[in-house]
Amino acid sequence: MSDTARHIPDRLQSPALKAFKSWETLLLAVAIAIFVTNSFLSPYFLNAWNLSDATFNFTEKAMIAFAMALLIIAGEIDLSVASIIALASTAMGAALQLDVGTWGLVAVGLGTGVLCGAFNGLMVTGLGLPSIVVTIGTMSLFRGISYIVLGDQGFRGYPSDFSFFGQGYVWWVISFEFVLFAGLAVLYYILLHRTNFGRAVYAIGNNPTGALFSGIRVARVKFILFLLTGLMAGVAAVCLTSRLGSTRPTIALGWELEVVTMVVLGGVNILGGSGSIPGVVIAAFVMGLVTFGLGLLNVPGIVMSIFIGCLLIGVIALPRLWTMWRA
Amino acid sequence: MSITRRIFGGTALAAMMLAGGAAYADNHEPVRIALVVKALGIGFFEAAAEGAEEAAAELGNVEIIYTGPTSTTAEGQIEVINSLIAQGVDAIAVSANDPDALVPVLQRAMQRGITVISWDSGVAEEGRMLHLAPSSDALIGRTIIQLAADHLPDGGQVAVLSATATSTNQNTWIAEMNAVMGDYPDIEVVATVYGDDLADRSYREAVGLMQTYPDLDAIIAPTSVGIVAAAQAVVDQDMVGQVNVTGLGLPSEMAGAIESGASQSFAIWNPIDLGYAAAMLSYNLATEAATAEAGATIPMGRMGDLELDDSTTGAMANPFTYDASNIEQFREIF
Repeated sequence: MSDTARHIPDRLQSPALKAFKSWETLLLAVAIAIFVTNSFLSPYFLNAWNLSDATFNFTEKAMIAFAMALLIIAGEIDLSVASIIALASTAMGAALQLDVGTWGLVAVGLGTGVLCGAFNGLMVTGLGLPSIVVTIGTMSLFRGISYIVLGDQGFRGYPSDFSFFGQGYVWWVISFEFVLFAGLAVLYYILLHRTNFGRAVYAIGNNPTGALFSGIRVARVKFILFLLTGLMAGVAAVCLTSRLGSTRPTIALGWELEVVTMVVLGGVNILGGSGSIPGVVIAAFVMGLVTFGLGLLNVPGIVMSIFIGCLLIGVIALPRLWTMWRA
Repeated sequence: MSITRRIFGGTALAAMMLAGGAAYADNHEPVRIALVVKALGIGFFEAAAEGAEEAAAELGNVEIIYTGPTSTTAEGQIEVINSLIAQGVDAIAVSANDPDALVPVLQRAMQRGITVISWDSGVAEEGRMLHLAPSSDALIGRTIIQLAADHLPDGGQVAVLSATATSTNQNTWIAEMNAVMGDYPDIEVVATVYGDDLADRSYREAVGLMQTYPDLDAIIAPTSVGIVAAAQAVVDQDMVGQVNVTGLGLPSEMAGAIESGASQSFAIWNPIDLGYAAAMLSYNLATEAATAEAGATIPMGRMGDLELDDSTTGAMANPFTYDASNIEQFREIF
């Protein structure tokens, strides 16, 4: 023991070191590695227009993933999002038959999304049912209504200015969808990381009972999160319907799992309580870059699914293996 | 979305490729034709890809890119087509999961100078240059009666076992068949019954036909459900050799009936020929040897010429006949 005063640090790690060892840094490294690999493997990858086209592979799913991230952090889940897209798109097609204009169609799409979210929210917070069961049910219910309305038919003939939402460009190669994606990313970042509401979301995910006794209105927060998820599915429905220029009941089939994959890959704990919006943003890019890069090499889709699966397990297992190895 | 910016991007790209000492400097760049199918891992489409490869070998200097999504969704096909546009392929030949949803992305492909055709399952007219249909209603109507006539040199009685009374396809084919009955004076169509495309219902109707018409020589079933059920009924009623079952069916489901002798032959389109024809048409349009317009005639190698109607749709050929000589090869395919 020397006679100098012992130094007790304020933090165990410097903020820089903490950031360096975070999930987001790991993901960002993966994203950069994929970007560089793709540039070397395919001569077509580094082209502004091609990269712009590639963003359409993930923008709509990522919009839903932001709201889904909050929902999962709060310890709930919504598996009906893809079916909400189908129902919202069908509602827009039905409104089109009544000669509703472009902004009316957007309102119908968003409104349907919010209504579906409200239904899920009421079942979960009002009746106290588990969200996974409720939304598996509404997954069949919402898409089922689309099938009844449309059968093997489809709606088409959307007005030409409606196509801007899914096919329009704001400036040069920057598409409207990409701007919307970036704007929503900022909004959700502020909501989750800079507001009391965001802190309440984390608190509920970590300990719902504790949150309740701390004066947080748990049911109301959860209900709002379901509303937001429904709204985002409505936004995605507007973009996707505009991009496809038509509606069929099979629209966005299977997207719920891709959205959840994006959220989990983004470092959100599937059991709730932790996660961040930047992580989800990077995960969206990772998934978009991987599918586009492999597509350029004409890798069959099934190999792509295997790759995404391995990536998910790998990225989740890596930090754990690292700590086990250090121990 | 100006063209000059794209070209500028392309120039930067070319410079990169040169810097990388790329193999793309070759003057004899192959014509790259993408065969986009509804989903990978389906025997019918694997066979079509085989046919496309056959066409590529015949043409020389053609590269076939066989691709498609993992599940039969329009969104999956759009992602695949986006990456094909990015690669600047010369032609895209697609069997569409949705006739409308693919239109915007295919229009963009055409704007960027890519030849686009649909085959098997079509795309709306504004989204492609031409559609290659496997066959036409008239050709199918003629084929189903010809199949029965082939094994009835002295004429005889035939009956039709259809799907439902309201099935558009089947009704059209039967009407087309009746339109050419004048060419077969010795053959009499004694009845048309409906099995509703249900196996048990079709089976009972087939048994009923054989009991009502003891001299029946053939049952024509222009539906893949009905033909299998009728063949089973013939075997169970011990009528093999007396009643020949024919019509439209799938080789994998009909192999047993051919083996037992309940069916001498049946027909359906040949996926190998379809893939071959799609590749040939894509090549001829991409190399500007032909133009897709109403009334045009476009060569497709060993499959003859494709004649386009007013909606730039053409029928490839008569349905292909399957019998004991080729069933073993095709039963594995589809």
